[in-house]
Amino acid sequence: MPPDATAAPAAGRTVPFRGGGFAPRLHRGAALVAFAALIAAWQAAASLKLVNALFLPSPLQIAASLYAMAATGELFLHVAASLRRILLGWAFGTAAGLGVGFAIGLFGLVRSIGLPLVSALFPIPKIALLPLFILWFGIGEPSKVATIALGVFFPTAIAAFGAVDNVPKSLIRMAQSFGLPPFDIVRKVVLPGALPGILSGFRISASIALILVVAAEMINAQTGIGALVLLAGSLMQTDQLLAGVVVLSVLGLVISFVLGRLERRLLRWR
Amino acid sequence: MELVVDGVGHAYDDLVALDGIDLEVRDGEILALIGPSGCGKSTLLGILGGLLRPTRGEVRLVGALPPGTLNPFTYVFQDFALLPWRTVEANIALALEHHSLGAAERRAAIDEVLALTGLADFRAALPKQLSGGMRQRVGVARALAARPAVLLLDEPLSALDAQTRDLLMEDFERLWAQRRITAVYVTHNLDEALRLADRVVVLSRRPGRIREIVTVDVPRGARSMAALAGLHERLWRTIRDEAASADREIAADAA
Repeated sequence: MPPDATAAPAAGRTVPFRGGGFAPRLHRGAALVAFAALIAAWQAAASLKLVNALFLPSPLQIAASLYAMAATGELFLHVAASLRRILLGWAFGTAAGLGVGFAIGLFGLVRSIGLPLVSALFPIPKIALLPLFILWFGIGEPSKVATIALGVFFPTAIAAFGAVDNVPKSLIRMAQSFGLPPFDIVRKVVLPGALPGILSGFRISASIALILVVAAEMINAQTGIGALVLLAGSLMQTDQLLAGVVVLSVLGLVISFVLGRLERRLLRWR
Repeated sequence: MELVVDGVGHAYDDLVALDGIDLEVRDGEILALIGPSGCGKSTLLGILGGLLRPTRGEVRLVGALPPGTLNPFTYVFQDFALLPWRTVEANIALALEHHSLGAAERRAAIDEVLALTGLADFRAALPKQLSGGMRQRVGVARALAARPAVLLLDEPLSALDAQTRDLLMEDFERLWAQRRITAVYVTHNLDEALRLADRVVVLSRRPGRIREIVTVDVPRGARSMAALAGLHERLWRTIRDEAASADREIAADAA
């Protein structure tokens, strides 16, 4: 029967909306409020003597300890020593990881040899090799830097060859069709195309460098955040121990911030 | 200058994609390659430009290249193949950077193709800021900047909507009226082929063989639907028969 154009709209129910959720959005300031609330609760628990200050020093005690170490310059000595090791180890590990990762991504023979090798060695906890590195490089700086470099190498290599693999083949064929020499194709197409994956790898490798520097500094180091934490723990100076942990957390945040800025600058085209 | 395809065949391992293709692409003509899906049109185009090595036969360039040719066989790709991190201008420059051109000459070449494709106001834009049609214009501009002897277009309009396709076909017609560029145009769209090409090569279902070569003898300016109706009907029947046979074979293989 044809619809009657003059009839009033039929009564009925509104179609229910079912498309909500699964699109998490950031709430500005929520993290700051939650963080402040946590510290306030912690401070309140300490001030009310609900927890033993030796087992869990209050935020104010930790801040005082940080201030005291900063005033004497001790804090900067430790931070500088750790940063130097991180930067050196990360730079060596990243350079080698990028080189090997690109070679695995670009050359069949290197891939055939390198891929199983990297897969086999990646899961080894690198800190387990520190005693071996001490034998090879001595107890000083080189063994610590080598541990960090090795830890950084594997995730960087894996991220690099994965990123090279993900560069659209159509772009490489396009560059070939215009007669670009192979080196130009790598420089102008593969490298920028792989950059997002490489930068994601940097986030992981930077975190690994931070973990490994602390572990390495716990073995015969006089300076560094790891040495500070270990010494404070031995002397039951838990406020200093947690001050060291806070510094590590801040270092992690700074590294993440720097990498975030780098990504935003280099990947504006996305 | 002529491109001669001599007994070309191609197989992907055991899968024969093309078989016994003999063909010449004449100087200044637009040759359309059409056929059912999987008939090897894009494979043949890849072989013509040296991106794929034929399993059998060869492709020869006969005669001298046009003066000033930088990249004799230049592709326009279905998915545009633009570098997303480069601006329009820098994408076009990619085709020129490895040639020994002075900065002024390179700049002039880029300006010329930007003007020709109506992109002069978008030179600093990134691909993500452009519509599909504009992106393909960048692909065409980049190809023209390389001063090709033969333009190889691989379904250049198939990723675009109907209106944009129509506008770009007008662009192609205008371009070919201004510049006599030899072109091989792969498409699965018979209307496109009949509107743009001088000759249409119909390929059979896989393995692709030449089923028919048709000259479109209606002047490009007068190619109305009515003028092309007879040819359209005949070619469509051929292509439809090939496509239907291909479907039947696939179904029989799967059974």
